[in-house]
Amino acid sequence: MDNKITLAHGNGGRLMHELVDRLRLKFSNKILNEMADAAELNVPGNKLAFSTDSYVVKPIFFPGGDIGKLAVCGTVNDILMKGARPLFMSLAFIIEEGLELSILDRIAQSVKEASKKAKIQVVTGDIKVVEKGSLDKIFINTSGIGVISHQGKHIGTKAKVDDVIIINGTIAEHGIAILNAREKLGFVSGIKSDCRNLNLEVGRCLAASKNISVMRDPTRGGLAMALNEIAISSNLGIEINEEDIPIKPAVKNMCDILGFDPLYIANEGKFICFVDKKDASKVKKAIGKNARIMGKVVSNHKKEVHLKTEIGSGRILPMLESDQLPRIC
Amino acid sequence: MRQESKIKLMEVCGTHTMAIARAGIKKLLPANIELVSGPGCPVCVTSQGDIDRAIEISRIKDVIMATFGDMMRVPGTNGSLEGMKRQGYDIRVVYSSLDALNIAKDNPGKKVVLMGIGFETTSPTIAATIIEAKRKKAQNFFILSNFKLIFPALEALAGSEKIKIDGFICPGHVSVITGSIPYEKIAKRYKKPSVITGFGTIDIFRGVERLINQIKNHKYEVEIAYKRAVKKRGNSTARKILDSVFEVGDSEWRGLGIIKKSGLKLRKEYEDFDAERIFKVKIPKTRKIPGCLCGEVLQGIKSPRNCKLFKKICTPQNPVGPCMVSSEGTCAAYYRYG
Repeated sequence: MDNKITLAHGNGGRLMHELVDRLRLKFSNKILNEMADAAELNVPGNKLAFSTDSYVVKPIFFPGGDIGKLAVCGTVNDILMKGARPLFMSLAFIIEEGLELSILDRIAQSVKEASKKAKIQVVTGDIKVVEKGSLDKIFINTSGIGVISHQGKHIGTKAKVDDVIIINGTIAEHGIAILNAREKLGFVSGIKSDCRNLNLEVGRCLAASKNISVMRDPTRGGLAMALNEIAISSNLGIEINEEDIPIKPAVKNMCDILGFDPLYIANEGKFICFVDKKDASKVKKAIGKNARIMGKVVSNHKKEVHLKTEIGSGRILPMLESDQLPRIC
Repeated sequence: MRQESKIKLMEVCGTHTMAIARAGIKKLLPANIELVSGPGCPVCVTSQGDIDRAIEISRIKDVIMATFGDMMRVPGTNGSLEGMKRQGYDIRVVYSSLDALNIAKDNPGKKVVLMGIGFETTSPTIAATIIEAKRKKAQNFFILSNFKLIFPALEALAGSEKIKIDGFICPGHVSVITGSIPYEKIAKRYKKPSVITGFGTIDIFRGVERLINQIKNHKYEVEIAYKRAVKKRGNSTARKILDSVFEVGDSEWRGLGIIKKSGLKLRKEYEDFDAERIFKVKIPKTRKIPGCLCGEVLQGIKSPRNCKLFKKICTPQNPVGPCMVSSEGTCAAYYRYG
């Protein structure tokens, strides 16, 4: 096999067959190995979480991850946010002609490792190859299925008054790591993407309380957008304390230098959890030592997020108006 | 100064405007102290004509126009650089002037023009890049020199009849280069207390406090409240580099018009890098954007809230004027942080 992807790798012929096999062996499992047109799934229970996403990140390799790991973790985390246990995922590569085969191998290897860690099986997949210039190296599309089996209340998009908001760690690392890598800014910052699955933390969180109303991973648009969306869908107000939002000094400094607001920068390994206040400290403890209680839900200023600044003043945290950083995930 | 009389302080620099809005400082100050924003956002004060020139040059075959991010979306008379990019012209965002020089190196068949904007903080690094370009004998790298000097604008505002400013919160970053001496003439002549201030929340409170003290005691001195970065004599090495590449010339400011000796032009030895000289383009007749108050906002005469377009027609998504585009613009600060 030549060391570059050619259009023939996507034309349905022998080369494609070989490439599909090469990838299949990486993710090898009973369902996938059947190689039918569709995967046959045995799913426990009757309530499923189903989610889809596409990954166009640039660069495809970045500090802390790559497009393969990102695709798995992104899919897994979306399912987890419904309180579901991720089981199966699809994986479709759209590849620009000329991509080194070794690069595809590296990405497939990351998918393999990330899916193993997150306990999700790749059960169906696809490869398309497009002419050079039609896209930038490689895009990935996934869908994921999980089963909702926890005993708590329905986890959706509606928070309730007095819910406490907990975050599992420091913000804005993914977006800043991508920017630093893509624009070759040359900051020797050691900032890495936080890209990872949230299985364990979400699992502990669900085990600690049956009174979680919303979970959300603040990816594109960052923490500020996730909070705004929940304030709107709940038709309630949200209050956040600036000093309780965890952020690493290096990330904050880079945001200051570049003029970015870290509250709007993407995360790929963080989630916020809205929980009844009586369970708040229990859930915070369950999530782990990096978790912080950063705010609460209120009945006034409906559909708005208010931020209490470090000096005790206040301001609105509005929706993101223009794109701070394109192609971060 | 009587305790309750109105005190109007101008923060000259856009970074201060943003820091003040982000921390909610205005709400914590006594009601009689008003902070107004000044002309220290380089994107905002770039004249419409200068943007139009960049747009026209970017139409020339084989030109790559390099620009700092915020400049992309500032509307000229007919569209913006972002609009040109959408039409397929080669416009690239760079984070430093050296990035632009590297693009030139990587694209020997193209002509790379850097849309140069900024105050004394930015221009020395651009001067250093031009020296480097000359040393490397770069044939395809050019600068549109729209650089500005802050002191002539400060002087114009200090002497303005339209706005009575009681004191200046002077820009910290610019002062790292210039030092505090150039402020002294303005402080004395126009009796304006001036405090060079840092960008942390406490820095800004300290700056305001020192200004109020001066006003109370009828003083008008230049103080440095940002000593960890600013020295009285500034950075003479940076200024020498700047002087070796640029000379002072007149410059047009949005809102303030042409201010004498307020801009930087390339010296004769570097004229081969001067995009304005090399690329002769016809600039459309500039039309003032109807209803836009950016000019008045930049002088502290009007607040964004006085503008009929603010939040209604002019938003960060669809900016009408530059103060809404720039991440340091006053209108953007008011929009984002209320």
